[in-house]
Amino acid sequence: MNIYEQQETNRRTTMVLLGAFLLLFLAVGAGFDFFYLSFNPIAGEPSYKLNSAGYYEAHNARPQMIPYGTIAALLFGIAMVLNSVFNGPKMVLRSTMARRAVSTDPDEKQFINVVREMSIASGVPMPGTYVVPDPDANAFAAGFSYDNAVIAVTEGLLKNLNREELQAVVAHEMSHIRNYDMRVMTVAAALMGAIALISDFAGRSARYGGRSRGRSSGGGRSGKGGGAAVLILFVVWLFLVILAPLFSRMLAMAISRQREFLADASAAELTRNPMGLVSALEKIRSAVQPTQAINNGVAHMCITDPRGSLIEEKSGFAADLLATHPPMEKRILALKMMAYQKASA
Amino acid sequence: MTVLAIVLGLLAVWLVFTFNKLVGLKNQVLNAFRQIDVQLKRRHDLIPNLVNAVKGEMKFEKETLESVVQARAAAVNAGQGGNMNEVLAKEGMLTQALGKLFALTENYPNLKAVEVVRTLMEELRTTENQIGFSRQFYNDIVTRFNIQQQVFPTNMFAAMLGFQPAALWELPADSVERNVPKVDLTV
Repeated sequence: MNIYEQQETNRRTTMVLLGAFLLLFLAVGAGFDFFYLSFNPIAGEPSYKLNSAGYYEAHNARPQMIPYGTIAALLFGIAMVLNSVFNGPKMVLRSTMARRAVSTDPDEKQFINVVREMSIASGVPMPGTYVVPDPDANAFAAGFSYDNAVIAVTEGLLKNLNREELQAVVAHEMSHIRNYDMRVMTVAAALMGAIALISDFAGRSARYGGRSRGRSSGGGRSGKGGGAAVLILFVVWLFLVILAPLFSRMLAMAISRQREFLADASAAELTRNPMGLVSALEKIRSAVQPTQAINNGVAHMCITDPRGSLIEEKSGFAADLLATHPPMEKRILALKMMAYQKASA
Repeated sequence: MTVLAIVLGLLAVWLVFTFNKLVGLKNQVLNAFRQIDVQLKRRHDLIPNLVNAVKGEMKFEKETLESVVQARAAAVNAGQGGNMNEVLAKEGMLTQALGKLFALTENYPNLKAVEVVRTLMEELRTTENQIGFSRQFYNDIVTRFNIQQQVFPTNMFAAMLGFQPAALWELPADSVERNVPKVDLTV
């Protein structure tokens, strides 16, 4: 698969991802409308009956016709995505306390040079170069388009890796930019955050607010059978709300892991030297301490999980579902296989 | 009748798309070629500085320095001449001479301590790499351009639309860069 097909696939993945998240937003928002804000477009006109006390009582109270909750959820999601698109790189850099690489320092000059080399090799405009003051070895890329893309590495990485290994790491990050991985991941991260917040809000309302409607009118809306159906619907919705963050996280992580493998392969294609990345990954792996400066929100953009958690080392079911990166073992093995193929060809 | 019109219409649409795709690739090829040129220029500009910086320390390696300077002059000349084979040959010679200089600097630990030299060495190394990578990129793009022209059914129309396969950046058969360096271990 060449890079243009790759970009095409990524564009499509972004759309599918957006669609999946849109459905989640709609489900959570619409449920909230229905259960809390009496939104019910299919309810008929309210009917009035003379009751025994001698006055008219309304059955089917006039429903509320505007789905405020859904609109709010969608607007919130859109705002989060737009924010991450326009401010994403800036926010990421600020959160990691990154500074611009300076050309007076020999190590950082070398880093800038290597980035320029890789930008030539990949045919992508030169991205911004940043350094994160942290002794651990890690690197990440951010940016929604080629113009505002940045590559950042930690000071520890510059200190510990030789030129060849640094080149491999930069090539990996450059492939993320070139393949538009950042787009997919930026959107996924923003929506993941939005879903978490919304479901938290909806969940809290469920705990403290109760179902005002169902309770006050005593199921008067549609008789006893209807009440039970509504209750079941409510339980299903509540489960969805509780599980939404987990679903969205699993979705995003699955995409992230696939992107990592791909970026490794593209990096090998750019440098024509898979073994450089192998030795870089081994060095990064042996530095097990967590990268303090990089928080969880940026984890999926890094070359390796900055939390230093050992979940990357396992290859069990849980790790497969929740890790941001494939196990280091598998990545190194895949790269070594590329090297052997090269050697035998 | 309608069937024929539809088929012809589809063919026309396909031709337009193919043509546009090939034009895009052709321009990418030209651009990639310019990139190599830019890097070669950069190397020419850096060499005099490096030679000046190491001259004092490496006075016993006059020959090597001399050959670098000469190779550079020849390469600059060839670049102005514009003969592609000439450029390839002379740039190859310059690469060779520079490689020798790099290897020799290893014998002068003092040089590594000099800030200017270290900076220049890094500059030259990155330029060397950039030349290499821009060639690689050029060849990748050319390969894609050529494949695009040669696949069926585009191959029946490519020449008609005025496209020709572009040449890969290759070393000439008698290039100095092909020579395996001789290692002399006698003391």
